[in-house]
Amino acid sequence: MATRRALLMAAGGWVLGGTGALRLARAALPSGAADPQTLEAIAGKKPLIRRSGRPPNYECPAAYLGEAITPNDRFFVRWHLAHVPEVDARSWRLQVAGEAAGRSFELSLDQLRHEFEPVELIAVCQCAGNQRGLAEPHVPGVQWGPGAVGNAHWKGVRLKDILARAQVKADALEIAFEGADGPVLPATPDFTKSLPVWKALDENTLIAYEMNGSALPRWNGFPVRVIVPGWAATYWVKQLTEIHVLNQPLKSFWMNTAYRVPKGKFPVGDRFESQENETSTPVLEIDVNSVVSNVKAGQRFPARRPLTIQGVAWDSGGGIQQVDISLDGGQSWNPAKLGKDLGRYSFRPWHFTYTPERPGPGSVMARATSSRGAVQPQDWTSNPAGYHNNSLQKIDFAVI
Amino acid sequence: MNYRAIGLAMIALLTGSAAAADGHDATLKEGRDADLTTARCSICHSTDYIPMNSVFLKQAGWDAEVHKMIKVMGAPIPEDEAQKIIAYLTQYYGVAQ
Repeated sequence: MATRRALLMAAGGWVLGGTGALRLARAALPSGAADPQTLEAIAGKKPLIRRSGRPPNYECPAAYLGEAITPNDRFFVRWHLAHVPEVDARSWRLQVAGEAAGRSFELSLDQLRHEFEPVELIAVCQCAGNQRGLAEPHVPGVQWGPGAVGNAHWKGVRLKDILARAQVKADALEIAFEGADGPVLPATPDFTKSLPVWKALDENTLIAYEMNGSALPRWNGFPVRVIVPGWAATYWVKQLTEIHVLNQPLKSFWMNTAYRVPKGKFPVGDRFESQENETSTPVLEIDVNSVVSNVKAGQRFPARRPLTIQGVAWDSGGGIQQVDISLDGGQSWNPAKLGKDLGRYSFRPWHFTYTPERPGPGSVMARATSSRGAVQPQDWTSNPAGYHNNSLQKIDFAVI
Repeated sequence: MNYRAIGLAMIALLTGSAAAADGHDATLKEGRDADLTTARCSICHSTDYIPMNSVFLKQAGWDAEVHKMIKVMGAPIPEDEAQKIIAYLTQYYGVAQ
């Protein structure tokens, strides 16, 4: 493994290979494109909101979250560690092993494509820290706005089919994942994650090699990533290279310390019992949420002309039941019209048309309700790492 | 992984800061120990993390962040340098106490 990774790095690591492209892309930004948030196009992407350059963390501007499917070149980018290699698809192998696997083997990309039944699924990928930057009080971390989320049409194979070949033993407890990315320093905890066996065996948990009909972009996990519909993107390990069938809980900073919330602070839905402890539990499901895509703070709209406000809503897999709009700061709510239903794990587009009667200040809030009855809350429930922020957002605009 | 990690660390050390190469690190405010802060922080990440978190961190918050980088993330920063970096971050990127 070490040898292959060393070769991957020699083939062009991020630090060495990304430089020219980054500078070129930035110089090519049209003047006026950058607002107070810095927009930058990294290789293969259109301009995204730069939260950090290395490791690359780039947010999708809300303007590109109005359609049901998020284009690959606008899909948000999130990495924990600075070494994101360019993986060579021909030499890439997926290793499957572990003490609770009856047999171990490796798969090429061709084998993955041809030796297992292909499956397609539309699912939202949302960072656990989405909207962290909007939280009060602020908490440290990547200061995401509402765009650390995207929805894509994934194609791949069921993880359960791969695990069937591995002959998972009765004492298997977790399925762990390792990607090709890594830290700069050997002392930094490598990014490894795990799922409970029950979730790994869910028919919707996939190993995906296509995203919206194309290969995955490098920044979204080329050549394959894990798809865990309904759960936070932290489990959707990118540049997947290894699957381990474990008979004990994975020891990893990114499981045991990070991506956790205080016990008892949030309603319990799914359980990941082998990673729970006395005081905290792993972040699992994403929350019912919505985003307004076509109204920016401070934007001006003409009076006495119909204004159509639009966006998307999503939850962890119950589906969206309704989206309501408030134009008076949350005092009264009116239902938006829902767009096409692309499946319970998908974005659900919505739109709402009204005619502002007279010039003056205006505002809009969107509030999604899931089919399970969960509703976006007024306020964020404070927690140390800033997770589960699906609180209502108000956008102020002007009618002129 | 170790070969790669060591190689990258060498690049970082040889170039003074790997970050200087990627265009995300020339932004820290001038001040005492700004260079030290850039050199140490940018071994592993671009310094745009600093202004991103500057809108709310006080001295205690910066102290916690720097020591998390050392203790959890393995940053090779001796304590005397850590104190200088915390003082710089607090003065130039901290909010009032």
